Amino acid sequence: MNLLYFAMIRESIGKSSETIDLPDHVKSVSGLLTYLESKGDNYISAFAQDDLIRVAVNQEYVGLNHAVTNADEIAIFPPMTGG
Amino acid sequence: MHVSVQTEDFDIAIEIGKLTHNRKDIGAIATFTGLVRDIHGDKKIRKLTLEHFPEMATKELEKIARLANDRWPLQGISIIHRYGELLPGDNIVLVVTTSQHREAAFEAAQFVMDWLKTDAPFWKKEETPEGVHWVAAKTEDDDKKDRW
Repeated sequence: MNLLYFAMIRESIGKSSETIDLPDHVKSVSGLLTYLESKGDNYISAFAQDDLIRVAVNQEYVGLNHAVTNADEIAIFPPMTGG
Repeated sequence: MHVSVQTEDFDIAIEIGKLTHNRKDIGAIATFTGLVRDIHGDKKIRKLTLEHFPEMATKELEKIARLANDRWPLQGISIIHRYGELLPGDNIVLVVTTSQHREAAFEAAQFVMDWLKTDAPFWKKEETPEGVHWVAAKTEDDDKKDRW
């Protein structure tokens, strides 16, 4: 699975992208966030505020219950502030 | 329909010209330009850095342009959004809409900006004399989008 991080989330985690092998038991976006939090404090602080996390699966915005598979590209970022 | 995500500046007159060239049926052109201010609340802004999700930014702007096009009788629509390091006074975003009548042109341009604020994957980072920080999203921007 390819993971992309942007803005404050990217800075908290300390990288802009990574490839991981998704464990079999992880089936949803929220499961993925919980799994990533088990990898280190940097992930815990990046995802500390639920309401400041947005997720896109294969470049489509999704909710936390959306399904994920190892073939997906998942982007995690804070609410957008363009314009 | 024209969408561009770019570092280069844009020229409003040139962008309008692209939509009006060789046409005599356009009755209204509305444009919106967003610029970098040197003040945000009580903070002095030295520099603004815009980060973006490249593939998705273009896709989302195209989606918003299509939504506007489906909803109003537009003759043309152009959206340009810059990224990278910008200074106070610099252009950030341009929306141009053309239509036979003003209501469609005005409303579609406002719709595009309201949607773009919450749905286009761009993030602003401000540099002030006190340091650097990410700009927080405003809930009122969600409300502005929802009114459509």
